[in-house]
Amino acid sequence: MTGSEFVPLSLPPSLIGICVAVACALPGNFLVLRRQALIGDAISHVVLPGIVVAFLISGVVAKLPMLLGAAGAAVVAVAAIELIRRLGKIEPGAAMGVVFTTMFAGGVLLLEKSDTSSVHLDVEHALFGNLESLIWLDATGWSSVFDIDALAGLPVELPRMAITLIGVALFIAIFWRPLKISTFDEGFARTMGMRTGPLGLALVIVSAIAAVAAFDAVGSIIVIAMFICPPAAARLMTNRLETQVAWSVAFAILAAISGYMIAGYGPLWIGFHGSVSAAGMIATMSGVILGIAAVKGPHRQRAT
Amino acid sequence: MVGAWPVPRWIRSLQRRPKPVLFDALTLQLGYNATLVTIGATLLGMAAGVGGTFLFLRKRALVSDAISHATLPGIGLAFIIMVALGGDGRSLIGLLGGAAVSAGLGLLCVSWLSTRTRLAEDAAIGAVLSVFFGFGVVVLTIIQTMNAGRQAGLEGFLLGSTAGMLRSDAAILAGAAALTLALVLLLRRPLTLAAFDPEYATASGQNVTRNDLAMMGIVLAVTVVGLKIVGLILIVALLIIPPVTARFWTERTDHVVLISGIAGGVSGYVGAAISAAIPDVPTGPIIVLVGFALFALSLLLAPRRGVMSSFLRHRSFQRRVHLRQGLLAMAQSQPIYEGLTLRLLRRADLVRPDGVPTNSGQARAAKAMLDEARWSIVRGDQSYEAAAALYDGLTDIETLLTPDQITEIDGRLAAPSEVPA
Repeated sequence: MTGSEFVPLSLPPSLIGICVAVACALPGNFLVLRRQALIGDAISHVVLPGIVVAFLISGVVAKLPMLLGAAGAAVVAVAAIELIRRLGKIEPGAAMGVVFTTMFAGGVLLLEKSDTSSVHLDVEHALFGNLESLIWLDATGWSSVFDIDALAGLPVELPRMAITLIGVALFIAIFWRPLKISTFDEGFARTMGMRTGPLGLALVIVSAIAAVAAFDAVGSIIVIAMFICPPAAARLMTNRLETQVAWSVAFAILAAISGYMIAGYGPLWIGFHGSVSAAGMIATMSGVILGIAAVKGPHRQRAT
Repeated sequence: MVGAWPVPRWIRSLQRRPKPVLFDALTLQLGYNATLVTIGATLLGMAAGVGGTFLFLRKRALVSDAISHATLPGIGLAFIIMVALGGDGRSLIGLLGGAAVSAGLGLLCVSWLSTRTRLAEDAAIGAVLSVFFGFGVVVLTIIQTMNAGRQAGLEGFLLGSTAGMLRSDAAILAGAAALTLALVLLLRRPLTLAAFDPEYATASGQNVTRNDLAMMGIVLAVTVVGLKIVGLILIVALLIIPPVTARFWTERTDHVVLISGIAGGVSGYVGAAISAAIPDVPTGPIIVLVGFALFALSLLLAPRRGVMSSFLRHRSFQRRVHLRQGLLAMAQSQPIYEGLTLRLLRRADLVRPDGVPTNSGQARAAKAMLDEARWSIVRGDQSYEAAAALYDGLTDIETLLTPDQITEIDGRLAAPSEVPA
């Protein structure tokens, strides 16, 4: 494989995959520790109705209205879960189940029954994404990386995911101490004068932003997998939060690269033509990593 | 942009197709297949409602989400194996069998991760759900490159599609749904016990592990039967929404089970009928939305736990407090400025519009004042401790103390006496 083939066809998708994986894994560490791991699952389901409604209102398949619609749907979902939980005194898991399935069902129905056949918008795309199609046609080889004209032709998902990743990382870095303390001992954090309520909400919103930005590029499976699998595997490797975050980033990058490569070239190695879904393969690899950590990880047992 | 908004196709299709079709569907007159599917969906909804209740009471509602997503690789691999063995790969029993095997594997992974490692159950659920589903997508893309895979129609399992179903398949689904329902009804007593008090169930000789396994078996059966009707993404709704709906109406388990079964059955029945009557509508989302409509109605209207009733309760409480405080202020000849209090007093004809107490107002105010004085003695006396604990400033003292006790307390109040010269 030469640079002239790798740079336009494989470099952008794998970089996007890495950005998505890390941007989701970072907040995922806290979600897993706070037992809110399924927030990612809920958000990625409700993004669909948000996008469909945004399309019906704006009439175009443009990025900005869709991102706004998806973000709006995520906020509506979080509010609805809270509302149902409080009004009906229902446990959070069940309230979440009610809200995200209903919103997803509404989204599917709207999609099937409105005139979206002319545009590229369907349920399968929302679920699986299409990472492989994000290629960089202007590139001719490694030299293009330093070529301003060619760089302008990069798939827009790459800079957008990179910015999202930086934003998420900044949020975690700035609020590191309050996040850490409130995750492990919420009561103590409150006695120290931290506002744990808004902080928890901010964490959910940052996760939602990461999920929505990633969703557009790669579909929702990868988002759920990256929120949970790398942090969960990292959790089995260490008892220190700093080390755990480092492990989770490493696992996320490993899953993204190995998944993308196996999806693209794996079938060729065993004599098939074509390739398989990169998003699905990345999720599968993150599961393999979690499986290995669950069997071999040094801290896999509960502390006794 | 708004002016150019086209009339959505579904509105046009509603205009073209007047009510009779939906009516035919609801009365099961839309052909043999549609009838079988509707009956199957009804039975499935009932089984899911009843089975989901135990899951809900055990607070493990979302385990079903992992199970349902874990069916996807099984469906795909079963298709590949059947094609490799020379079949056309579309046998429903084979596909559902594959789904059951991989869902069972997913369930094992969830329980292994959450008991043998330090990961919490929700992380285990999320991990299994996403990884199995991701692997399933990989398998689906492999199938798409196969010659036989082009018309496989496996996407129908994602959101459920009952249109154009083979007669034998419809019969299998209806039969399997009936069987699942029978199984749930048979197991409901031990499951109730295990859901409420696992320790007591163990002590009384029940095998709780086996009961839990049976519960998960039921969930698995509901999921697999529901794959073709509701689809694997939304089947979890059928297990969660009816029990949550039922919980609003009652505090008793057997009633929750019953109401949940009915709610699930109605969702399945109405949803399948609507989807049979209106073309190109996937069945799953409709069933889920019907279920949610029932849920929303319950959330608003249920007695005691509903939003409406708690709002009314709150308002009547608020009025009692305002009236009482108004009366106390009146007894002490303090002016009342607060709007709601004034309105309440006027409406009960306790003050005149110019703010002067009427005769009955003065009487009620004096009584309120006397009761406060009595209460302060009750609360200061150890021997009335039990009664004092019930003091809330609103309840009439006569409803809590006997006439003898009140006379005794009145004896301790300072009686009106002569003013010394």
